[in-house]
Amino acid sequence: MRTRKVNMIISLVTIMGGMALVVACGQRNATTVIEGDAAEQVYIAPGEYDEFYAFLSGGFSGQITVYGLPSGRLLREVPVFSQYPENGYGYSEESKPMFNTSYGFVPWDDSHHIELSQQNGEFDGRWLFVNGNNTPRIARVDLSTFETVEILEIPDVAGLHCAPFITENSEYLVSGTRFSIPIPQKDVPIDTYKENFKGLINYVSLDQDHGTMELAFQIEMPGFNYDLARNGKAVSHGWSFLTTYNSEQAHSLLEVNASQKDKDLMAIINWKKAEEYVAAGKFTERPTSYYHNLMDESTGIAHSQEMKMTRILKPEDCPEMVYFIPVPKSPHGCDVDPSGEYIVGNGKLSADMSVYSFSKIMKAIEEKNFDGEIEGIPVINYDAGLHGILQKPGLGPLHTEFDEGGNAYTTFFISSEVVKWNVDNLEILDREATFYSPGHLVIPGGETRKPEGKYLVAMNKITKDRYLPTGPELAHSAQLFDISGDKMKLLLDFPTKGEPHYAQAIRADKVKPNSKKFYNIEENAHPYATLGESKTKVVREGDEVHVYMTAMRSHLAPDNIEGFKVGDKVFFHVTNLEQDWDVPHGFAIQGATNAELLVMPGQTKTLLWEPKKVGVYAFYCTDFCSALHQEMSGYARVSAKGADVPLKWGLNETLRENQEQAEKFYEQLENKSK
Amino acid sequence: MNGKSHIAQFLMLGAVLCLGILFLQPLWKITLEAAQFPGGLDLYIWINKISGNDKHIIQNINILNHYIGMKPIHPDAIPELRYFPWVVIGMMAFGLICIGVNRPWFYLSWVLVMIGLGALGIYDFYLWLYDYGHNLDPNAPIKIANMNYMPPLFGEKDLLNFYVRSYPNWGGVFLGLAILLGAGAFYLKGKRVYV
Repeated sequence: MRTRKVNMIISLVTIMGGMALVVACGQRNATTVIEGDAAEQVYIAPGEYDEFYAFLSGGFSGQITVYGLPSGRLLREVPVFSQYPENGYGYSEESKPMFNTSYGFVPWDDSHHIELSQQNGEFDGRWLFVNGNNTPRIARVDLSTFETVEILEIPDVAGLHCAPFITENSEYLVSGTRFSIPIPQKDVPIDTYKENFKGLINYVSLDQDHGTMELAFQIEMPGFNYDLARNGKAVSHGWSFLTTYNSEQAHSLLEVNASQKDKDLMAIINWKKAEEYVAAGKFTERPTSYYHNLMDESTGIAHSQEMKMTRILKPEDCPEMVYFIPVPKSPHGCDVDPSGEYIVGNGKLSADMSVYSFSKIMKAIEEKNFDGEIEGIPVINYDAGLHGILQKPGLGPLHTEFDEGGNAYTTFFISSEVVKWNVDNLEILDREATFYSPGHLVIPGGETRKPEGKYLVAMNKITKDRYLPTGPELAHSAQLFDISGDKMKLLLDFPTKGEPHYAQAIRADKVKPNSKKFYNIEENAHPYATLGESKTKVVREGDEVHVYMTAMRSHLAPDNIEGFKVGDKVFFHVTNLEQDWDVPHGFAIQGATNAELLVMPGQTKTLLWEPKKVGVYAFYCTDFCSALHQEMSGYARVSAKGADVPLKWGLNETLRENQEQAEKFYEQLENKSK
Repeated sequence: MNGKSHIAQFLMLGAVLCLGILFLQPLWKITLEAAQFPGGLDLYIWINKISGNDKHIIQNINILNHYIGMKPIHPDAIPELRYFPWVVIGMMAFGLICIGVNRPWFYLSWVLVMIGLGALGIYDFYLWLYDYGHNLDPNAPIKIANMNYMPPLFGEKDLLNFYVRSYPNWGGVFLGLAILLGAGAFYLKGKRVYV
């Protein structure tokens, strides 16, 4: 009896294993796929640089990571949507406003899609944009400093997943809502989804000189889920393509209820037409609330502004602006090839991939070859817009990028592989196993008019058995392939931070020459900057005490401060006087309830310290700066509330001088008040 | 008078112009090389200022020098940088007078004065280097017995973690050339008279 049961289990396991084998046909042994010279191809000798920068979104870490390709070496983590104690981002007084939203201070988000700025359909290396999915936001990183300099909230959307996809001259960042919600928000039963829920597609314009973002207009769309997008390029410039799922408009157990129809829809938007409608005043102004946070370059201080109005375009009022075309079941990627003619719509629950032709879509629109309409939006006949179908390429197609030779590379989540195919004749050319379940992939320039089909990085969701185990949680894995030949070749695995959802890679020489080495101290317009050690001081304003402190190798000035009292709010404004590359100074004080500061050469940053207990507390530099770094420290004396200890400060013998000056200053102040 | 007789005057004019170059090019260059400073730190000594390969070099050198107690370099505190330019302008004017007078002993005295001033200038430069290298703060954090930090006047030398090179730059080359041209003018003019 017992053996029968065991036999049954064994045969079941065998059948399942066999099925897995069929599904993952072509999957090879994980340890024997590397060919001879892979190590040589990814080896960057000491003193040499990588050829490409790869920017990976950090997913639930909220940040961006920067890797060198082909080495796979982590070069930097850029904090964007999450507080970052390593340098005080989101803790320092200057950077806190970056996290202001209409919901208050939100120090975390889920960063998904990286977009580099473009000119003429090519990366220009100036800025990098990324979306915050949870509290809908878009951030801009300046690539001369690799610092987040702007965050714009997007109102009345939920799950800003379909964002921020850029147009070929950086005119707009197209950003659709993943979840539809009541607009404006209101208290309604969730099962009134169909009546009350809408989805917005947002066009954020960019100032061409400074990159500053502005919410130009929003298009009100049916209550579907908008997932990913791409903008047209070359022949299709002026158009946006967005995949949708849940055209069933389900609101519960979506894994079943939103997976019923054989086809969902791809939205096709003529944004040049939308611009015309905005110019003609065809929009509705609607009161709302969202925040725009912008870092002032000269002070390094972020300022928040609440915006209170948005402009909405409705497709029924704006003919010829929006169309739909059916797309295979639950699509994800929506990728336009370098010529701008072909659009790949991946049905992630479909066995086939639909490839659309832009010219055929235009022809169908011209001939009004429509199969009805949805909420006033014409639905283009599927066959009329189709270039062709890539038959059974694999299971779970997610994202496609291109090389310069007319080939496409698609990740297949379920069958764990990357498949290379020819866009024109829809022929499958090669397939390579990944380890495991890749989401997106990146080829340098693979989404632009000028791809550089040398490398491909697949970002995998599951990493089992690739690295030494680190408990239940493993780093997500990226895998680098050489795609310069006919067949793809696996070169390297490397671990990543958070869960990278998307990446873009750019030739290093487009970014490296513009990299800032330090901030010019002459341009430091921070109101609490101390431009010289002789100007250091401590100023009391009621319960607030402002310490104008300087840092340079290897001391902080002043390094002894007395006269703080329990209950004070002490602002340490630390200016790094250095003007040399790679010499930041840190500042940390015992008992601070926030983080440290890491101040770049020429910058001023402010840490708020609220002493709670009487005593003498040490502060010090955290970033090893010189042979005398350990000596770069000082003391703050905290007296009881109401104590009679005068404020005095100094560095060495200047302590006494400053003390005298301070006493004089307060005497004068007292005399004045008398 | 034929065309040939003007050669000495042309040579002297060349010498005057060479002195003018001192306002356009540094006299001397001191390069400090160390592992932590890829590409090295270049310090340029001009007739009227001190500069570096970027504008913050002096500040950065001063930060490094304070570990060993070397005085900070403050170009404003070096009076020579204020009056040397006037000496050069004076010598240029003297050169022009020589061209006008066109006498061998005028040329000779210009050359001798130039050589004298050049030697004094180099001696003065040496004194400054000596002072910076030897006159150290007794409270310096890093003290090494019998060590001085005087950069070489001419040549190369190890100074702790730095390898220091010190050579004339274009201004120095043109200063030398000016003296040679002046000597040439004297030689040509003198030859016509005495030979």
